Amino acid sequence: MIKGLFVKKKKYATIPTGKVKQDVPEGIMSKCPECKHIMVTKELRKNLLVCQGCQYHYPMSSQERIAALIDEGTFTEYDADMISGNPLEFPDYVEKLEGDRKKTKINEAVVTGAGQIDSLDVTLAVMDSRFRMGSMGSVVGEKITRAIEHAIDKETPFIIFTASGGARMQEGVLSLMQMAKTSVALKRLSDRGLLFISIMTHPTTGGVSASFASVGDYNFAEPKALIGFAGRRIIEQTIRQELPDDFQTAEFLLKHGQLDKVIHRSEMKKTLSTLLKIHTEGRV
Amino acid sequence: MAAELEFERPIHELEKKIAELKSFMDEKDIDLTDEIKRLEEKLSNLENSTYSEMKPWNRVQIARHAERPTTLDYINYLFTDFIELHGDRLFGDDEAIVGGVAFYKNLPITIIGHQRGKDTKENLRRNFGMPHPEGYRKALRLMKQAEKFNRPIICFIDTKGAYPGKAAEERGQSEAIARNLVEMAGLTVPVICVVIGEGGSGGALALGVGNYVHMLENSTYSVISPEGAAAILWKDASMAKKAAESMRITAPDLKELGIIDEIIEEVKGGAHKDAKYQAELIDQVLETSLDSLLSMSQEELINQRYEKYKKIGQFGFVNDSIVVK
Repeated sequence: MIKGLFVKKKKYATIPTGKVKQDVPEGIMSKCPECKHIMVTKELRKNLLVCQGCQYHYPMSSQERIAALIDEGTFTEYDADMISGNPLEFPDYVEKLEGDRKKTKINEAVVTGAGQIDSLDVTLAVMDSRFRMGSMGSVVGEKITRAIEHAIDKETPFIIFTASGGARMQEGVLSLMQMAKTSVALKRLSDRGLLFISIMTHPTTGGVSASFASVGDYNFAEPKALIGFAGRRIIEQTIRQELPDDFQTAEFLLKHGQLDKVIHRSEMKKTLSTLLKIHTEGRV
Repeated sequence: MAAELEFERPIHELEKKIAELKSFMDEKDIDLTDEIKRLEEKLSNLENSTYSEMKPWNRVQIARHAERPTTLDYINYLFTDFIELHGDRLFGDDEAIVGGVAFYKNLPITIIGHQRGKDTKENLRRNFGMPHPEGYRKALRLMKQAEKFNRPIICFIDTKGAYPGKAAEERGQSEAIARNLVEMAGLTVPVICVVIGEGGSGGALALGVGNYVHMLENSTYSVISPEGAAAILWKDASMAKKAAESMRITAPDLKELGIIDEIIEEVKGGAHKDAKYQAELIDQVLETSLDSLLSMSQEELINQRYEKYKKIGQFGFVNDSIVVK
């Protein structure tokens, strides 16, 4: 124990875990990475990418998430063409961004916009873990901040789906500062009495977990989502102890009083819609 | 005697040589004045060239120096009648963060800062200045108290980062940091943050949302430690020196990136060479910063903070590849 205190620490931030790398399923048939249950991909999509066998929630792209949540034809995207620079002149960064743009058909790790959920107006931000692990650099911070400002201007609730490995290392301390930037905007939103709902999906870690993801008026999560600040391996190295299997899962956080509710994907739209109604009808 | 840093070795060797010559001259009664004068000139040139253009890694070493002045050292020099206040009223008292009330030149003030230990025993007690959630929550409690009684807040930042432990996660490390960021944004009193050593990631930022953020010349502020960055980028923590250079973590870097307001000059060779004089250098900047903030209304303070953070970041748009700031 004492020995553990002298170990070099603090290597958290954007360490991707094995699980995260599973992409959205392709091909005719898909095998669940958890229970090996085989499903027709089309059926799987109809089931909102949830395994019928074990209820494993596959990662969802931002496009799929928006389609599953927002009333058809009501979504208007903000700042779709905003792209990252390379402020630290990091080797290969530009190429990696370019590669992810091609792969995901989006320009950065968050999609923001306005739309309706059961005919109620919302401002929405959806992070996408396929793009640089959903990490937050200048663009992610700026897009989320602008979305919050839109919510303030239009007096709508602000809803965010987080999926992020944390701050983006290639933009260094500029990434860290996006935590502060989004926070000053959220404070303004809160001071205007507007609603903020945060839904943490797999994974929500590091600087994203330690900023907007954790300060919703309501903090929700999808089942089994990995949520935490420091990486599991780093903690194990530091305290020289093995951590329980459910450590940093949504269920673990719920047990420790850090979440309002864990919501199954099939219940997500309904729950949000009800909550939005409660807030709408509560306002005279 | 301070532990020797590698890049300072030539200076120390020259100092030793001069001392030897002097004692030799006294003993043998031989006039070596010219030779000593020549070496002293050489020493002064060497000091100037070593300390005027400090490499990032050298600054990292100075920022981490075991004898570098800590929050409590500066409190001692800068403020009077300091009363330390403890506990978050929820779980415990985290000694990795200290806070309290005092006078700054007759002005009542709240001071909060990370606190490293000076020796192993104190470091164990203070967890090497790496806070748990109760530390951030104590800090927030004291900030809210300051706000209620209309006292400006000064935060000293000096941490390797948040403590990566099981208990810290169970008690909501993320939420504690996030809450501070949001609440600091809305404080109706002036907030001045000074990075005095290492500004490590979220653990540092949790005391870092201010109207002004200043950095001591040899302090660092980063999203991840150079060792951590090297481990991820090159799978080799020993590349930390290279990472320190590419991650842009020094005070001049952060000034250039538009993140901090002022670089506070350091005593030649680092703050640990003369803590009292270093406090005076901090004092000058604190006084001007406070002066300009004390004339602002509550709303102006909040808006100034908003605008300050809103403009941090670099990005462009697909159809005009110009990166705006």
